[in-house]
Amino acid sequence: MSIYTEQDAKAILEKVVKLSKADECTATLDGRVDGNIRYALNQVSTSGIVSDAELGVQVAFGKRVGTATINEFDDASLEKVVRRAEELAKLAPENPEFVPAIGKQTYAPSKTWFEKTATIKPEYRAQVAADSIGPSKAAKCVAAGFFADSDRFSAIANSNGNFAYQKSTNLDFTCTVRTDDGTGSGWVARNLADVGQFNAQDEIKVAVDKATKSKDAKALEPGKYTVILEPAASSGLISFMMFGFDARQADEGRSFLSKKGGGNKVGEKLYDERVTLYADPADPVAGVLPWDDEGLPRERTPIITKGKVEYLQYSRYWAKLKEKKAIGQPGNLIMVGGDKSTMDLVKSTKKGILVTRTWYIRMVDPQTVLLTGLTRDGTFYIENGEIKYPIKNFRFNESPVIMLNNIEEIGKPVRVGDDESPFVMMIPPLKIRDFTFTSLSDAV
Amino acid sequence: MRRRDFIKATGIGLGALTLPAWGRAIAAEELVSKLDVGLKKRLADTAMTAARADICMEFVITREDKVQNVVNTESTGVGIRVIANGTWGFAASSDLSADAVAKAARQAVQIAKANSSLTTEPVQLAPTPGVGEVSWATPIVKNAMAVPIKEKVELLLGVNAAAIAAGANFVNSTLFQINEQKYFASTDGSYIDQDIHRIWAPIQVTAVDKASGKFRRRDGLSAPMGMGYEYLDAKEQDRFEMPGGAVVYGRSYDMQADAVAAAGQAREKLKAPSVKPGKYDLVLDPTNLFLTIHESVGHPLELDRVLGYEANYAGTSFATLDKWKSKNFRYASDKVTIVADKTQPGSLGAVGYDDEGVKTGRWDLIRDGVLVNYQAIRDQAHILGLEHSQGCCYADSWSSVQFQRMANVSLQPGTAELDPATMIKDVENGIYIFGRGSYSIDQQRYNAQFGGQLFYEIKDGKVTGPLEDVAYQIRTPEFWNACSAVCDQRDYRLGGTFFDGKGQPGQVSAVSHGASTARFDGINVINTARSLG
Repeated sequence: MSIYTEQDAKAILEKVVKLSKADECTATLDGRVDGNIRYALNQVSTSGIVSDAELGVQVAFGKRVGTATINEFDDASLEKVVRRAEELAKLAPENPEFVPAIGKQTYAPSKTWFEKTATIKPEYRAQVAADSIGPSKAAKCVAAGFFADSDRFSAIANSNGNFAYQKSTNLDFTCTVRTDDGTGSGWVARNLADVGQFNAQDEIKVAVDKATKSKDAKALEPGKYTVILEPAASSGLISFMMFGFDARQADEGRSFLSKKGGGNKVGEKLYDERVTLYADPADPVAGVLPWDDEGLPRERTPIITKGKVEYLQYSRYWAKLKEKKAIGQPGNLIMVGGDKSTMDLVKSTKKGILVTRTWYIRMVDPQTVLLTGLTRDGTFYIENGEIKYPIKNFRFNESPVIMLNNIEEIGKPVRVGDDESPFVMMIPPLKIRDFTFTSLSDAV
Repeated sequence: MRRRDFIKATGIGLGALTLPAWGRAIAAEELVSKLDVGLKKRLADTAMTAARADICMEFVITREDKVQNVVNTESTGVGIRVIANGTWGFAASSDLSADAVAKAARQAVQIAKANSSLTTEPVQLAPTPGVGEVSWATPIVKNAMAVPIKEKVELLLGVNAAAIAAGANFVNSTLFQINEQKYFASTDGSYIDQDIHRIWAPIQVTAVDKASGKFRRRDGLSAPMGMGYEYLDAKEQDRFEMPGGAVVYGRSYDMQADAVAAAGQAREKLKAPSVKPGKYDLVLDPTNLFLTIHESVGHPLELDRVLGYEANYAGTSFATLDKWKSKNFRYASDKVTIVADKTQPGSLGAVGYDDEGVKTGRWDLIRDGVLVNYQAIRDQAHILGLEHSQGCCYADSWSSVQFQRMANVSLQPGTAELDPATMIKDVENGIYIFGRGSYSIDQQRYNAQFGGQLFYEIKDGKVTGPLEDVAYQIRTPEFWNACSAVCDQRDYRLGGTFFDGKGQPGQVSAVSHGASTARFDGINVINTARSLG
């Protein structure tokens, strides 16, 4: 068994904290049952279930810290893991940046668990594969997809009397549909906590449509274009930008948010005034656990408001040094938008390019957050409010800071999960002018 | 490992210890012990299919004069892969009781049966002879897991202090050590016990100019290796000073000397002239070329990608079967021969047997510029007309299903005598590039862009000085066909990557790429400097 009830989790954690002879003790208990199915070439390739639970123990003697984890929970194992953490603490050098364990906290529960997702069976996953493969075959296409669901719980406790427990579920669905001659490719993705909101048959239509419409793409010259970025096309760039929001890095002069001569750019207007970005663990669509990795409560946190930087992420040590309040680090990113769909943005575009998704995004220069990557699985030329024809993929070299200054229009945010991002995101489709494509790609 | 998990794993605090694949932390002295082989065999016999065991990892993370984290982890469990009704099924359990293993086996069969109605082509496995009870171990001199933490901490803090004294504003240094103790058993009659070691010692050195607000980083020029702690012995014979003054390393690494050099070079980067975009002849040191080989040769020649099994994530490949069948597809110029090798000593990918129980080997992928082969596993071998698998199957944890992963893929040294200094004498307008920088490539491996750590202008056969803001953009076949020279075996060195990501759910693997310095003519270079106003 790897999913413990609140009562059982509390009993284990309390026992662990009591066993510790160190100056302080913090313990976490996490469990998961993850199921998945993967398919390619219109048939299932792999499928599996993994069940695991893990107890983590961190203790401190003065400023010496030790950590140990274990995945067995009988009394002898609990004793063993606490003693190991204590041994490691005694071996470790003093950490001058040590900050004592947090006190007792109050956490506002967020809606992160849905029973339907927690009870998904292998037959359901097989049906998702069948619902993807059937329509693809019928359209002379080949489906390759992945459906993964998880049922998890997290619990924390420490020697200052703090305790919290919450369950969560998640599902990730992605499917790439390629025409059987390999000249067209489409894609769809859905990230949800509640499988009740998911319908594979509806989703797959998007990918099949994009695949068939992207056949025989024309080549456009690289250069600066007005683009409509679907949420999955801009989320990776926005998420990458958040690595520059660390307060210490900014204060040390090694972030795009560092100020010439010292200090940081909090309070400065760096983006178009329509850009507002915040974190909120209680968001009804993109809710996350109400505490971060250190157990600090997450709050609704403005990050960028009307183009002005309002927030930097402070570790507890840096907050203490700079006399700031340390708050829970965001688990989600919510960008404020309007009501328009991606296709509404297309309709208002005289000339432009529609980008389904971006791929292999990497940092080129952290000084300006210059990122490179490519378009993929559905890139189209727009003229007079209509999709005219598919175009070949481009490589871009662009900074999200510049991108979010070149906004023409913002649509309605949707939930996006990205396996290269630590955030659950609500990102709108964006119309951006002067987006920089630097070369063509022959990849379909 | 997915990037977000890697970031989590290298962070600070207890929450950061929620590692994806390398479960519980244990005391240092236990890292050198092993699970009893007899017990592993009894567990494997219970499942009567394929079973596997445990991974230990230790990392020490520092910045400047502080140790940020010391983590020892160990994860033990069993993964069982079965074929039922011609379909794969997989289940994994951290519970090692005979009942739990049997239950996981039944679960794997249930999954296979649930999916078999969608099977149109039943799994076709290349035969693999049972090898009985055998063992294999990475030939290490010093077990890194047995070196006291104190010694490692002193090494890293010494490295950091030297870099700061040499002008760095910030320095991060880390030691990763991994020991996979993997026990494989199959119904073919194989019981294979392997003890695999890897080490990596990355550094990042940063220089800041507060007045201008500019900062530059120079990362270490080491390679992750399939070696023990002896990689850090810093032997004089493994130090190579290259034209222009950059120092690189072979089979051992002087971490402190590299950190000191990095401090000076990071400061130099703050003032180096920005590159003029255009076409240049590139001279690529193995510390840079290894990653280009990885992305533009290693990945496109993975047969699962070629066939379409990775279409939804990593992508497919331009190197399609028809090109291979033609026997005359010019992937590269005739200077280029590239081999796959799962046996190369010191490499990250070296093992005795893969995770399907196949004995490993070496084979050509590109011979004199022509595409001649791919990398395949048991259920793909028949597609290439092979009687046996090439042994490229790997799973990164007991909880991950094994699948096709990259072998060590390496450019063979030139056969004519040639060293980098001589090579550079012929270059009129070029750039000499060292180190791993930014990298990105499309889903069929045509269009790629690579940065680096150190860039030097070459004018009329001489290295004239440093450059900045350099990235080269390539189209894979044109790039490799533009290879006009490869230095000889004296310059051959390994590079590698510790966390190559692939698959859904994501898995990591570690793989090396050997090369000698090579020249590529007329390559497009862009300028990456931007202004935020």
